[in-house]
Amino acid sequence: MAENIKVPTMAEYMAEGKKPEVLFWVGCSGSFDDRAKKITKAFVRLLNRANVDFAVLGTEESCTGDPAKRAGNEFLYQMQAAGNIEVLNGYEIKKIVTTCPHCFNIMKNEYPGLGGNYEVMHHTTFLKSLLEEGRLTVEGGKFKGKRITFHDPCYLGRGNGIYEAPRDLLRKLEVELVEMKRCKKDAMCCGAGGAQMFKEPEPGKEDVNVARTEQAIEVKPEVIAAGCPFCNTMMTDGVKAKNREDNIAVMDIAEMIATAEDL
Amino acid sequence: MQILAQIVFILALAIGIGIFVRNIRRMIRNIKLGREIDRTDNPGARWRKMAKIALGQYKMVRRPVSGIVHVIVYIGFIIINIEVLEIIIDGIFGTHRIFAFAGEPYRYLIGAFEILALLVLLGVIIFWIRRNVMNIYRFRAREITSWPKNDANYILYFEMVLMTLFLVMNAADYQLQLNLAPHYAMTSGEIAGAFPVSSFLLPLLDGFSNSTLIIIERTAWWLHILGILFFLNYLYYSKHLHILLAFPNVYYSKIRPKAEFDNIDAVTKEVQLMMDPDTDPFAAPAEPEGEAEGEPAKFGASDIFDLNTVQLLNSYTCTECGRCTDQCPANNTGKLLSPRKIMMDTRDRLEEVGENINKNGKFVDDGKQLLDDYIQREEIWACTTCQMCVEACPVGIDPMSIIVEMRRYLMMEQSAGPADLNNALSNIENNGAPWPYNQMDRLNWATEN
Repeated sequence: MAENIKVPTMAEYMAEGKKPEVLFWVGCSGSFDDRAKKITKAFVRLLNRANVDFAVLGTEESCTGDPAKRAGNEFLYQMQAAGNIEVLNGYEIKKIVTTCPHCFNIMKNEYPGLGGNYEVMHHTTFLKSLLEEGRLTVEGGKFKGKRITFHDPCYLGRGNGIYEAPRDLLRKLEVELVEMKRCKKDAMCCGAGGAQMFKEPEPGKEDVNVARTEQAIEVKPEVIAAGCPFCNTMMTDGVKAKNREDNIAVMDIAEMIATAEDL
Repeated sequence: MQILAQIVFILALAIGIGIFVRNIRRMIRNIKLGREIDRTDNPGARWRKMAKIALGQYKMVRRPVSGIVHVIVYIGFIIINIEVLEIIIDGIFGTHRIFAFAGEPYRYLIGAFEILALLVLLGVIIFWIRRNVMNIYRFRAREITSWPKNDANYILYFEMVLMTLFLVMNAADYQLQLNLAPHYAMTSGEIAGAFPVSSFLLPLLDGFSNSTLIIIERTAWWLHILGILFFLNYLYYSKHLHILLAFPNVYYSKIRPKAEFDNIDAVTKEVQLMMDPDTDPFAAPAEPEGEAEGEPAKFGASDIFDLNTVQLLNSYTCTECGRCTDQCPANNTGKLLSPRKIMMDTRDRLEEVGENINKNGKFVDDGKQLLDDYIQREEIWACTTCQMCVEACPVGIDPMSIIVEMRRYLMMEQSAGPADLNNALSNIENNGAPWPYNQMDRLNWATEN
């Protein structure tokens, strides 16, 4: 599929003496992980469709330091943060959107104390605002009437109190939204947080992602909707572990909207 | 005789309250062993949170069964304590039901106390059944054995006995009033109080002489008030301190988003120094401000001295209800980590240090610390920092913050992170991503298919 997506960089904008409306912070997962790259591209297609004037940092972007901070390596986190803040402030960035709740949280809550003050939005909130402004339209299409459950990312939901934006988007898709027993404030972690993504789990009777996937399977969804590239990986692995990959898909909400709109 | 009783009562009261005050002062001294943390900002939001969560029991009722029963016991406990005020005044001055002159309102009040006492009794029985008969995981987890298990049951037995004594006391009192016994019966001929519950106990007292009834009434009265004084002092040694500490604990709890971790200022200074091109690399290190001479402050925490005062207050407040552990993804999947155990260990170590200070006048190194001697590294590394424990706690405890402090110690003081995690962090350091990809390839996704 030779698709044509426009991904301007901040350096290009700077060269033209222009400033974008919003910076799209892609994140490590969105840049390098094959599964997450699809989410990144789907979101870019939506931004293109809505004529959002955005740019990415491209090769000037670097890890926010989230895994380092949650793992306890404050030095490494603050080194990463200092570098990123220097770049962001250098471009006079005011508004950031990201598809990763971990990047979202750290830049929204923890960068201000280090001199990085931006309006930071998770892509579900941003997409919702595009809909409200009438810049993007979403119709049920392919997902109309399908049973969908939403897995709340810890760093978006419990961590920052955002529960409704992703659900509002799903409602726009006219899906049959079913909630897991543990949802919203009580949602169970996918098992990736706190830098667990990058280490083997401690000994136990089950992996967290499998336990969480079992909870999702209980409500018999056709799609497990996610809003975080790490949750996406964990839930996808969980679905595979339960041999259900033939009838349960794990998709980011941005991908669902892009698919529904045939983008 | 009457004077003697009054003197004994005043002595008992003084001793009971005296020991309580001593224990509370020790507790405050122990809490102050922690690092200072400023949680005095935004008092409006803090008072509101306290009203909602501590006073209003907002989080308790998120689990309806235990929540509603708890609310009944809580309301009963608080309101029945108004009666304790009268008992204390009667005890000091040798009076009988001093507030009875209020007439009708007094009757309503005593009647309400009786109904509440019965409800508390039933509530406590339900709690006992939940804890001992039903198979509820959080009451049977591995950290709830020996003392923690017994402690919980002792409190329940205690409340059962106190409520029974209260009702027996009222029944005997009522019968004495009906018998027009001197000192008990009011001169007006009215009945002091109303006894909707204890009047059902009257058949049990049938045929007893006034002197026997007085013995029953006095025995129940004395055991009840002495029991309350004992309970007051039992608090410090038990998980039941939450009845007092829930309020300050919620007040001083974090009001920022749960996913926001604090930035370590000392690290910020180091990083600024490293990134400043004007720094003289040969300059003698400046004396860090506000630190004890010689020894620089530790990064993270390996013992209670490295935790902040709010975290130590948290440990005294913990009721060991286990709602945190019950929803912890690591614990749910059989890992060693239990957020409740983190709090219990912190308190146990803090008490050990406190005892050490009581004995030696100041802390004498005992060769132990919170990390390793109480909390295992395997527990620390199993946390997903999902904040479920923080969300679940009905009294605003933050077990996750202690876990994070210990990770900071292990990472920055000991370089003792798990090897696979260290690889990811090296990658971040070297190429700006947790995986070994080149930073220059970061935009490849935009052009590849």
